[in-house]
Amino acid sequence: MYVYDQYDQHIIESRVKQFRDQTRRYLAGELSGEEFRPLRLQNGLYIQRYAPMLRIAVPYGLLSSTQVRKLAQIARDYDKGYAHISTRQNVQFNWPELEAIPDILGELATVQMHAIQTSGNCIRNTTTDQFAGVAADELIDPRPWCEIIRQWSTFHPEFAYLPRKFKIAVNGAVSDRAAIEVHDVGLEAVRNDAGELGFRVSVGGGLGRTPIVGSFINEFLPWQHLLSYLDAILRVYNRYGRRDNKFKARIKILVKALTPEVFAEKVAAEWAHLQDGPTTLTDAEVQRVSQFFVDPSYKALEDQSAVLAALDAEHPGFARWRARNTVAHKKPGYVAVTLSLKPTGVAPGDVTDKQLDAIADLADRYCFGEVRNSHEQNIIFADVEQSQLFQLWGELRDNGFATPNIGLLTDIICCPGGDFCSLANAKSIPIAEAIQRRFDDLDYLFDIGEVDLNISGCMNACGHHHVGHIGILGVDKKGEEFYQVSLGGSASRDASLGKILGPSFAQDDMADVIEKVIKVYVEQRTEDERFIDTYRRIGIDPFKERVYAANH
Amino acid sequence: MQRIIKNNQVIDETWHLLDKDATLDGLSNCDDLIVPLQLWRDHGHALKARDGGLGVWLDADEQVEEIADDLAHFQVIALNFPNFADGRHFSSARLLRERYGYKGEVRAIGDVLRDQLFFMQRCGFDAYAIRPDRDPYEALESLNDFDEVYQAAADQPQPLFRRRQS
Repeated sequence: MYVYDQYDQHIIESRVKQFRDQTRRYLAGELSGEEFRPLRLQNGLYIQRYAPMLRIAVPYGLLSSTQVRKLAQIARDYDKGYAHISTRQNVQFNWPELEAIPDILGELATVQMHAIQTSGNCIRNTTTDQFAGVAADELIDPRPWCEIIRQWSTFHPEFAYLPRKFKIAVNGAVSDRAAIEVHDVGLEAVRNDAGELGFRVSVGGGLGRTPIVGSFINEFLPWQHLLSYLDAILRVYNRYGRRDNKFKARIKILVKALTPEVFAEKVAAEWAHLQDGPTTLTDAEVQRVSQFFVDPSYKALEDQSAVLAALDAEHPGFARWRARNTVAHKKPGYVAVTLSLKPTGVAPGDVTDKQLDAIADLADRYCFGEVRNSHEQNIIFADVEQSQLFQLWGELRDNGFATPNIGLLTDIICCPGGDFCSLANAKSIPIAEAIQRRFDDLDYLFDIGEVDLNISGCMNACGHHHVGHIGILGVDKKGEEFYQVSLGGSASRDASLGKILGPSFAQDDMADVIEKVIKVYVEQRTEDERFIDTYRRIGIDPFKERVYAANH
Repeated sequence: MQRIIKNNQVIDETWHLLDKDATLDGLSNCDDLIVPLQLWRDHGHALKARDGGLGVWLDADEQVEEIADDLAHFQVIALNFPNFADGRHFSSARLLRERYGYKGEVRAIGDVLRDQLFFMQRCGFDAYAIRPDRDPYEALESLNDFDEVYQAAADQPQPLFRRRQS
């Protein structure tokens, strides 16, 4: 992974010093709450329902074991002993003291971490495929490009006070695991006929109140021009994006208002001035950054298919786990493993300090000391030897990471919701738990197969409910918490937004409602048809009829 | 008298900033004036004929393109921040410096906070009318919040990746 040099280190240390002084001035009454707000937000600090929430940047989800241990220590020393993996691959602490934040940032800086631009109306953490670098279907490794974008976006002087937040995602593979079409800017690596690398550029995708799938405005942007083109997009947005209504301030509203074609023309006109300027990327820089993402020292191994199949036969639990929680690796003899942070009864994405320490130790022993956070709020060991898989499974079970539910109904994406977040209309964690309990039978869960179930506690859509095959949105109905269900969303290459099923439901009814939806699917599916495919074939009506039939 | 920060120093303000609805009536011939864009649009010739210094100020929704051909007439271009969170003029300042080659004073006026000064400086501002209720000497410190940066901007023509030495 990328290792800071003296420049990078100096910049984050300057930030710690700056924020320490800003916090001091706020506490001394020299800065008003309103003035401190954007400053703290651009350092990931929210004032939450019970305590501040600090969101720490995990650039494109990548962490070293040293960094994981530091997070464990911060959870212990400054929080209530746990951390939360967010849907932007970041890490959140829910209980730090405001006064302690500068010290936490100081601790983070010792392991090349920070909280820069993890919130606020600025360019946020760039995200990518959690299997970057090891996926068999990869055209290019997106991580060097994410790091190049990270450096360009860090303290970009022109774009610190945008109309609204701005999120970029990069995909380098055939499957889009980075959900690029629901980002403000989505970049997809492509090659032209001459074999040269470039990016297909999508703009104006996004979730939130007005979910929109992005529009591709450039089919081939040569890699040299990546940053100057991003400058042009951001400049058009900064100058012309709406600022009169925060619910209409995302770039998607501007793109829609202008039409993607006119927006593209504006960007092209701006870029004509910037093209071939000093921000044009050099071979040397791309090589400098790429050298941090070369393969680890893989051994020359053979695939262990027969051995693993024998273990499967002997240990059905292992077979089940292997089927769900492992992914093929580009290198023979290796496999990528997902640690589930979704056992029943734990808030999705939550992890304790002890578990973080265990993850760091396991990563050192099994995975070159590196882990990744996924936007599905799980943790990945990307480079595990197949011959060690059985042993690792045992250790993961001991630590509570081996729930075999990756991609299944109980692998729920869920925002912190009304239990923590002051924006939320409704709680989301208890809904997740009620559904997990209802579908606790593993045989049934496996039989149902792949379903993305996403829960957001409000329209801000941190739980990505629009792109869940099943989406649940918490709404406020005369002061009471209700839940709206949508079906048919997808964040994959065939991205689509869910359709609302009908009137919302009370909290206690949610597990029943989801069960009815699943029953319709199970009855209607053809062999090997996933939930989303059945839905697309039969439409929403059969689901609607069943769910509302009992509600006279 | 208001004090402003200019070229990294606190100085007494000598320019008069006219209101947005100012007219030519009773304008002094010799004073240094920063006029609203509308007055420049309506009475550019008359304003050029004065003896005093001339500047123009743009509100957040006014575009630098409109004065791009007139820059030689202005010793000061002031960019107004009606609210500190409105970042449009960060782009305006860069365009003035980097696209139109404006060499005069680019001043931030309005709701200008010290914690924005570093970024403003990078975008090409060289003068800041800090809110009158704040200490401009303390604000000076924020111009040095960072001494290394990643991007090319008005203050640094080369991005870090073209300057890095290992």
